[in-house]
Amino acid sequence: MSGADPDGDPETDTADVPGDDGTDEPTAMIRPEWRSDLLLIVKVVLATYVGFFLVGVLSGAGVNATVGTIQSITYFGAIFALGALALNLHWGYTGMFNIGIAGFMAIGAYTMSIAVASPDGTPAGFGLPIPVGVVLGMVAAGIAGLVLVIPTLRVRADYFAIVTLGFSEIVRLSVQSRSLRQIGDTAYGTGGGQGIRATPVDSVVGWLFDQPIVGAVGDVLILLGEAVGIASSVLERGIYTLVLILFVIAFYVLLTRIAHSPFGRVLKAIREDELAAKSLGKRTDRAKIAAFAVGCALMGLVGTLWMGSRTHISPDHFMPLITFYVFVALIVGGAGSNTGSVLGGFVFAAVIFEGPRFVRTMVRANLGTDFPRTAYGAFAELGAGDPAALIGYVLYQQADEVRYIVLGVVLVLLMIKRPDGLLGHRKEIAAGVDLRRRGAVADGGRSAEDDGPAGTDGGADDE
Amino acid sequence: MGVGNTGGTVSELIDETRKRLSSGRELFALLIVLGIAVLLLDLVRRIATGELAFGRLWRYTWNGLVDSLYIALAAIGLSMTYSILRFANFSHGDLVTTGAFSGWAVAWVVGGWGVYSVGELVLFSPTAAGPTGGELGMNVLASPVAILIGLAAAAALTVAVALAIDRLVYRRMRDAGGIPLLIASVGVALALRYLIAVFWTVESHSATASAPILEDVPPWLPFERVNLHELTLVVTAVGLIVGLHLLLQYTKLGTAMRAMADNKDLALITGIPTERVIFATWTIGAGLAGVAGYLIVLDRGQFSINIGWFLLLLIFAAVILGGIGSIYGALVGSLVIGLTINVSLVWIPADLNEIAAFTLMILILIVKPDGLLGGVETA
Amino acid sequence: MSDVETEASDDRAVNESTSTERDLEDAILEVENMEKRFGGIVAVDGASFAVERGSITGLIGPNGAGKSTTFNCITGVHQPDGGRVAFDGTEITGDRPHRVANRGLVRTFQIARGLPEMTVLENMMLAPKGQVGESLWRSVVPYFRSEVLEQERELRERAWETLELFEIDHLAEEYAKNLSGGQRKLLELARALQTEPEMLMLDEPMAGVNPTLQEKLLGHIHDLCDRGYTFLIVEHDMDVIMNNCERVIVMHQGAVLDSGTPAEITANEQVIEAYLGGEV
Repeated sequence: MSGADPDGDPETDTADVPGDDGTDEPTAMIRPEWRSDLLLIVKVVLATYVGFFLVGVLSGAGVNATVGTIQSITYFGAIFALGALALNLHWGYTGMFNIGIAGFMAIGAYTMSIAVASPDGTPAGFGLPIPVGVVLGMVAAGIAGLVLVIPTLRVRADYFAIVTLGFSEIVRLSVQSRSLRQIGDTAYGTGGGQGIRATPVDSVVGWLFDQPIVGAVGDVLILLGEAVGIASSVLERGIYTLVLILFVIAFYVLLTRIAHSPFGRVLKAIREDELAAKSLGKRTDRAKIAAFAVGCALMGLVGTLWMGSRTHISPDHFMPLITFYVFVALIVGGAGSNTGSVLGGFVFAAVIFEGPRFVRTMVRANLGTDFPRTAYGAFAELGAGDPAALIGYVLYQQADEVRYIVLGVVLVLLMIKRPDGLLGHRKEIAAGVDLRRRGAVADGGRSAEDDGPAGTDGGADDE
Repeated sequence: MGVGNTGGTVSELIDETRKRLSSGRELFALLIVLGIAVLLLDLVRRIATGELAFGRLWRYTWNGLVDSLYIALAAIGLSMTYSILRFANFSHGDLVTTGAFSGWAVAWVVGGWGVYSVGELVLFSPTAAGPTGGELGMNVLASPVAILIGLAAAAALTVAVALAIDRLVYRRMRDAGGIPLLIASVGVALALRYLIAVFWTVESHSATASAPILEDVPPWLPFERVNLHELTLVVTAVGLIVGLHLLLQYTKLGTAMRAMADNKDLALITGIPTERVIFATWTIGAGLAGVAGYLIVLDRGQFSINIGWFLLLLIFAAVILGGIGSIYGALVGSLVIGLTINVSLVWIPADLNEIAAFTLMILILIVKPDGLLGGVETA
Repeated sequence: MSDVETEASDDRAVNESTSTERDLEDAILEVENMEKRFGGIVAVDGASFAVERGSITGLIGPNGAGKSTTFNCITGVHQPDGGRVAFDGTEITGDRPHRVANRGLVRTFQIARGLPEMTVLENMMLAPKGQVGESLWRSVVPYFRSEVLEQERELRERAWETLELFEIDHLAEEYAKNLSGGQRKLLELARALQTEPEMLMLDEPMAGVNPTLQEKLLGHIHDLCDRGYTFLIVEHDMDVIMNNCERVIVMHQGAVLDSGTPAEITANEQVIEAYLGGEV
């Protein structure tokens, strides 16, 4: 058992206060879990930034490109962290193997787009404000999840996976089809293969800056930025990324609360042995439905955020590949661990998502762009004694393809060597309080509200 | 069912009915059967009123049968790996793709040998300097030898690839559960597909010449013309399927495979060499998949690296419908899926027809979580 | 409470004198004419019996007699094809497992189903009924969460107490999968107790348990019985049954062959014949 990571009490990281339950158990001396987790995440993130920066600058890719890559990593890292957290609820905790993530993301994103698009556009929308659209997207995705899970409760695990994949494809094909392009005689529709033009999500930032109070702060920031040489558009993008990070924190808090609770216990029990849980009286069907619907709603939100600064949404943005990205992110971090999800999302974005593109930039910086366009040409050059052409061909022209190859290889290696992922060996105990502590029960009902994000019992009272 | 003899018979009756109905699955099953009945009746109506030309329905049905043949070739392989190796192989579609690319590359090399450079041929003319399929005469009448060799190569090369992958990846995971293997196979699928893409790019290719059409059809056949490529597909597929049936039923290997599919541990105990059976599984399964890929291109002409992946979900639907591990189930399932995709065109537009198949699969799984013909537990 | 008549599928008459079912003073569990078929196989064929409240009752029979299937039909793991089950006066025929458990009838499994990747403590915390926090909403929303945490503390106390009672408190933080077979059985029993049941059905609790541990287990069972719990135990170990059960029910080929005190049924020739190999 990995005793290293206890459910610590955030308030009692004082080594010198023994619990007044009569014992001086060492638990009082161990640092609380959420703080060490945060530290871990920060360390990894900083290390990655520094790493990329050094590599980028030293290899001649240029400061600009490197900074751009770092920002992309942060952006996508946040998105994949969000996706992995939601998937963790389904799979890491409840054991429901959901490979239809892309479909729920699509539902969220499309609902938002339709809600937000202008009534004069083609296809038409309802012209609602963005935050409303986002909420509607979540609700729609959650409802879709309900509709899917309720009849399929008894379907066994691997078939359920394929059902979710089928559902995801049904969604994608539906929004892509010409028939739903316009619904009936109305101007509304899904835009078929061409998609919908919608206001980009991160225009929320611009809107915020127009508001009275926040706007003032925004103006100051913009001025500062200009003084340093950063354009306001870049600043806005950076702030959007910050918004994403806030979302990550919110998701993390929510999911950790769920995990460290009786509800989370039931979910875990379902994953371990549903029949045993049922035989103890647990209403597993209800728990599964709730967990699934909430997870899907979160995925809908991720879908919306994924659209980011795009002005245009189309079914191609939601291929099953997206689902596998999120899966890899979760597996890398370790299924079952919320911290792992965050880490995994970030590592995935850095190494697999942006990595090959960054390599491409480096290649371009060092070897130029004049490479053969076909494998045939590349091999011909190799035959003529010039390996650079082949390297260039693979790493530059085919950078996207290389990304998928890396993805595939990483997946395989993970499954063979380390199916637990980075943090999977860490099992987070599903309880609201530190189970190792014992003490008086009647403690006057101290409110546990000033807990840290882990939501564990602030134990200063009875411990 | 013996209702209790104590008082409250009525309330017991009510309880019972409630339990029956609340087994929503039975209700659901009833609804599905009703739904299909309604559709069939509507079909009859449309024919009767002339709304639907019989010829068109026949064409849909025929296309459905043809589609179900190549789906079957791939589905059989998938069903076998599913039951003997105990996981859902998400890279199976890419074995189909491998067959398509490798087989046709060989066919081209044979067909254009000496006239064009090997590089141009293997990559299907990446530059304008190379030939088109038509120029090479890639049809069954003009270059039967090249096409035949290509077919054999498709099978052989796909088998080689599958065995190599098994050695590299799956063999190290023999004892892993179904889900880790599934995930690993997703990785394999991606790596394989995009490795092909590095060479052949993501563009779509055209490898064949237009299919020769036979116009002199004996009047007692329901066709007016015969598309020889389609005919080749049908003949080859049916031949292979019959051959497989014979293998399974009448050879020692076939019996061993059937035994292993039922219970791997049992097979181990009784001394059937499992690695050998696994080898046979990959050989047959991948071989059939490769042939399927090759034949699809022969019939359709255009293809890209995604050809197998796009089929994969349909193949899964077929396998699940028919029940894992059952070869015959895979055949039945393929038939159902093939017909559904095509006959559904009577009612819905073409870009929704796959949705019909997936929906059908989901509905049937809800009612019969183990597939139509039952199956083997893997996860 | 009803007079339950045993039925036998073929013509073996039941010996009236061996007290088929003299009126049980207080039957907490009644099974009447239970039937269950799997495909062509009839696993349970008209089984009827009753268990007296507060007793330790044994259920025995040769392999294939239908004991586990009967267990499963009573507790909703399988749906019986016929017959009825009543628990504490209420019909529970065909009720789903969680319903049955919530009524106070809890069971353990032949192969202990400790939740492997959860610690012993988590197992214990899972079991109790009526946990406010099992609703997602209440676990998350701040106001309700404090109620949940209160309850968690209470449950934690109870968990530790029970673990100490069973002398497995030193294993509290171990993953269930790391426990030995015997320890898992103890955990199952301890966990089942946390649900505050009226009656426990134990499916081969002694299987794979070393004799010392067996003694302990039995000791606990007797203590609990003194405190008012009812036990129905399936076991193959005759000594265990004969020395510990007040009443024994014998099943054979899906039906109840006989029931009575240990002495009575060992005297029954048909029982002996069934065990020593009558027809299959």
